[in-house]
Amino acid sequence: MNRIDRRFAELKRAGRVALVPYVTAGHPQPQSTVAVLHSAVGAGADLVELGMPFSDVMADGPVIQNAHERALAQGTGLQQVLDMVREFRRQDADTPVILMGYANPIERRGAARFAAEAAEAGVDGLLIVDCPADEADELKEQLQAQGIHQIFLVAPTTTERRLDHAARLAGGFVYYVSIKGVTGAASLDVDALAPMIEKVRGHIDLPVAVGFGIREPAQAAAVAAVADAVVIGSALVDRLDRCDSTEEAVAVTRDFLAPVRDAMDNSVPIQAEQTVRTT
Amino acid sequence: MVEQALKLKQAETLPDAGGHFGVFGGRFVSETLMPALEELDEAWRFYLKDPDFLAELDRDLAHFVGRPSPLYLAENLTRQVGGARIVLKREDLNHTGAHKVNNTVGQGLLARAMGKRRVIAETGAGQHGVASATIAARLGMECVVYMGAEDVRRQSINVYRMKLLGAKVVAVESGSRTLKDALNEAMRDWVTNVDDTFYILGTVAGPHPYPAMVRDFNAVVGREARAQMLTEYGRLPDALVACVGGGSNAIGLFHPFIEDTDVAMYGVEAAGRGLSGLEHAASLCAGRVGVLHGSRTYLLDDDSGQIRHTHSVSAGLDYPGVGPEHAWLKDSGRARYVGISDAEAMKAFHALTRNEGIMPALESAHAIAYGLKLAAELPKDQIVLVNLSGRGDKDINTVAEVEGIEF
Repeated sequence: MNRIDRRFAELKRAGRVALVPYVTAGHPQPQSTVAVLHSAVGAGADLVELGMPFSDVMADGPVIQNAHERALAQGTGLQQVLDMVREFRRQDADTPVILMGYANPIERRGAARFAAEAAEAGVDGLLIVDCPADEADELKEQLQAQGIHQIFLVAPTTTERRLDHAARLAGGFVYYVSIKGVTGAASLDVDALAPMIEKVRGHIDLPVAVGFGIREPAQAAAVAAVADAVVIGSALVDRLDRCDSTEEAVAVTRDFLAPVRDAMDNSVPIQAEQTVRTT
Repeated sequence: MVEQALKLKQAETLPDAGGHFGVFGGRFVSETLMPALEELDEAWRFYLKDPDFLAELDRDLAHFVGRPSPLYLAENLTRQVGGARIVLKREDLNHTGAHKVNNTVGQGLLARAMGKRRVIAETGAGQHGVASATIAARLGMECVVYMGAEDVRRQSINVYRMKLLGAKVVAVESGSRTLKDALNEAMRDWVTNVDDTFYILGTVAGPHPYPAMVRDFNAVVGREARAQMLTEYGRLPDALVACVGGGSNAIGLFHPFIEDTDVAMYGVEAAGRGLSGLEHAASLCAGRVGVLHGSRTYLLDDDSGQIRHTHSVSAGLDYPGVGPEHAWLKDSGRARYVGISDAEAMKAFHALTRNEGIMPALESAHAIAYGLKLAAELPKDQIVLVNLSGRGDKDINTVAEVEGIEF
């Protein structure tokens, strides 16, 4: 069983909402990434998302764009990202790892080779930002053969037809982009979220993660009341950007995520409770 | 032959509904952009068949742009070369000085028809930015132009021109600070402001429907040229030559000739300081297939799939990707793609300026350079039609800098 499925099943039983931090591999320093991931898990992360550096991050805002540029300047490419996952797995056999990035580095490696290497390294899910369901068939086949879930973004503007298309290919969970814009842009409107998540659930029978625009514990708690997972990226990456050492990066990750975890656990997880009652 | 004919027949109907030219093209963008692209695709398909829209477009192309642009027989150069006759399609005579305006007038009218109040654009050499700012001024729309910081420096005259037209020019400091980074930034703006904003993409690259839509707006160049050749020379040319960065002027010229299999097509890429090194921008000649800026196409990247910095003396060709239809034309064998170096382009710039009294844009000088080479190899009864896609006023500073001249 894929670690993502196992983890969401555990969370559902516990009535908990997943905390999913995102960091860019190789940022702020290549040697800090694995330690940062462990620190995130220690602070309460249930899944981790690792960004694969790319030169042209069209869908990301300035914070993550800068992280990609810094990571690339320090030599973090796809090979190094897979090595980091392998190293992470030595100490953590259970936390699902999702790679997030852009299509061209995978295209260059070849979908079949990439899928095999990623599975071997211990990757559980893949989110290619610039590969919507329309273009995903070939990659999907290769990932499926290796037991890796392909994770898709859905947006407030995604039509019902497109939701159904994504539903046919998606695995693991679906990533709901809570705002119009790039990563790290304006803050999200929590009130508008609940009906949108219900709409997504009406078409896709997978846990719904919400990301883009969540910066602080209170927002995370509010989102946790309606979603199955809360993704935090730019706010963490921005703090990591100022770290000069692994020790500092580890401490910053812990100090940032622990209060988020607390706030989420103390919110009322409406969906999870309902699920618990009805099952 | 039958298969080739079928393939070319198919070219008329390409791309498919998802924007694919064979394996190329498509829509490799974030889900957040997909509905906007679908809305645009629908609008474009509708207005492309709307007689009122087309009548207004024709009127603007005639009275605002100054079309049709003439064919010009370059007699002096033809005599010097001693081979085929060299005929120029004078897109440099358009309002704003290049073919780019054919597309921006079309997209500007489309933006207005769709009820958008704000237009954004990316620009390399600045020609597309100027053309976008021009149509925005005329239609009374807000206009923001994204331009790589390096290009802002190289093309200061065009930056000032855009500002005079009321556009806001944003210098993009990320990545290689050139056209590809400007395109990234424009996409980011669009995804954030999609409700009231229309993105006027300047070339036949990007996600569907841009490659097909920009082609259709620029195909007026090829349609006119084809008709003018028949009227003025009683025959079609033997070869077409056009420079290729993203590839909009080349597709505009080529597309109406695709089924005329006796007409050879040559796309001229920027070979910069040589195709054997890394300092060029020739994605079709020296690149491989990948995914960039929303479509699968030939591009220049390193072994880990990172997009490379490119080089060309001409900002408009300094781009690591190329429109997906060119990728398809290359693989199908219908068009050939060649490289012209910075030095060869500079030489052609001077040759056209001194011998014909026409100063070409450095982009177009690449096409002129290859046109001269090709004409020299062909017999005198043949005709080489070169797209003179833009005029060179904007490049005077660059030319002076390359030649070590200070004002």
